[in-house]
Amino acid sequence: MSLFKKFLSIKQAREEILQSGINPFHLTIEKINSATEGVINGRATILVGTNNYLGLTFHPDCIQAAQEALAQEGTGTTGSRMANGSFSSHSDLERAIEDFYGMPHAIVFSTGYQANLGVLSALAGPGDTLLIDGDSHASIYDGCRLGGAEVLRFKHNDVTDLDKKLRRLGDRSRRTLIVVEGIYSMLGDRAPLKEIVAVKQQYGATLVVDEAHSLGVLGKRGRGLAEEADVEQGVDFIVGTFSKSLGSTGGFGISIHPEFEFIRYTSRPYIFTASPCPSVVASTKVALRIIRETPQLREQLWENANALYDGLEKIGYNLGAKVGPVIAAMIPTKEQALAMWQGLLEQGIYVNLMIPPATPNGESLLRCSVSAAHTPKQLETIIQSFANVHSSLKEHTPSLQT
Amino acid sequence: MITYAEILPQLVETLKPYAKKVGHPKETTDLVSELGLDSLQVMQVLLKIEDQFDISIPLNNLPNIRTVKDLGQEIEQLLKA
Repeated sequence: MSLFKKFLSIKQAREEILQSGINPFHLTIEKINSATEGVINGRATILVGTNNYLGLTFHPDCIQAAQEALAQEGTGTTGSRMANGSFSSHSDLERAIEDFYGMPHAIVFSTGYQANLGVLSALAGPGDTLLIDGDSHASIYDGCRLGGAEVLRFKHNDVTDLDKKLRRLGDRSRRTLIVVEGIYSMLGDRAPLKEIVAVKQQYGATLVVDEAHSLGVLGKRGRGLAEEADVEQGVDFIVGTFSKSLGSTGGFGISIHPEFEFIRYTSRPYIFTASPCPSVVASTKVALRIIRETPQLREQLWENANALYDGLEKIGYNLGAKVGPVIAAMIPTKEQALAMWQGLLEQGIYVNLMIPPATPNGESLLRCSVSAAHTPKQLETIIQSFANVHSSLKEHTPSLQT
Repeated sequence: MITYAEILPQLVETLKPYAKKVGHPKETTDLVSELGLDSLQVMQVLLKIEDQFDISIPLNNLPNIRTVKDLGQEIEQLLKA
């Protein structure tokens, strides 16, 4: 049937992978025991691919807040804030986010994906230009399409190319929204934010930073890369998610500009969707407080990230970026990455398998996301398992030898 | 102002290294199905062309660019703007 013709190439690619006897498409965590442990294929497994950077999904205070909200406010809001009204807890969470960032205008969205969709599509419309990093997350690309602005991209993390593209825009640079990410989710590298802010200011453009993977991870107070790079004053909008360091689901946008409040009336992903449910709002608010009051969690995360990074580097893995909570081992071929991912799983280690076309530069990656909740023993087991799959494949593939 | 007729030979030269399948790209050559470029190569080619002609090609226009001729005309339009 012609309608389904477009799925043929996907079907072929999927079958090609399944022929290897490995099925990475329908991985199920049968039981989740803690922030770092679950059961997969009936086997106790250490989870190193969850983005649960601070391990807050099982924090007793977050669970208690969610349970209380569930009992007091019910299971869901059953409608959008525009049509059906906000719960006071939505506004409370927005005030808590404003307080956390020291910025005056926060808006909560139902998912992180929708936060990017909602903020970008509302801010940049016909006649405006969006200038995005080439390695941006899909939610950024989709947000750009939704708004109807002209979309240009610059080479990943290349400030010279960004400068060139702003120069070519001439006067239109003043109606340009630059979009970058704090930490890029695939390789774990960071935007050169100080330089980007300088170029943005030179051309009178506006800047959004997506701190999805850097909130709770970077900066003295865990605000993200803008805080770490000491350029918060030069950032116009921050977008973030609740589904990583904050351990729930949802997203937000925040800004220094009072006009940001008007996107509540124009942002379709904000208006035409059910608002976040009370238990999620409650646990997120507590998680935000924990991030603020417990810098030790961030210190532990970095200690763990350093340990895993050093361990993998010593074995001989080629790692995608400098040390951070996202550690991506670059594997020469897709087939090797598949076999190693399966090998790790059979040893009770779950990491993310990332293969083209979803990866930058067509890389095949075994992507780890480190958690503050990983114990030294777990990290040791992870490193040992990576060493085992490395040596077993090295015997068959000379290109892996270092 | 540089015209399409002047752009075309320059564009063909730039595309040649990517045209192993067809040898010499023609006006009618399809960039994806005939040159066999994957999404990564498309990105690389476009960045090269942007620098070559000092233009920025909007992503919004890419769905309309299928052939070498389409790309040449797009470059001409952007240079005029």
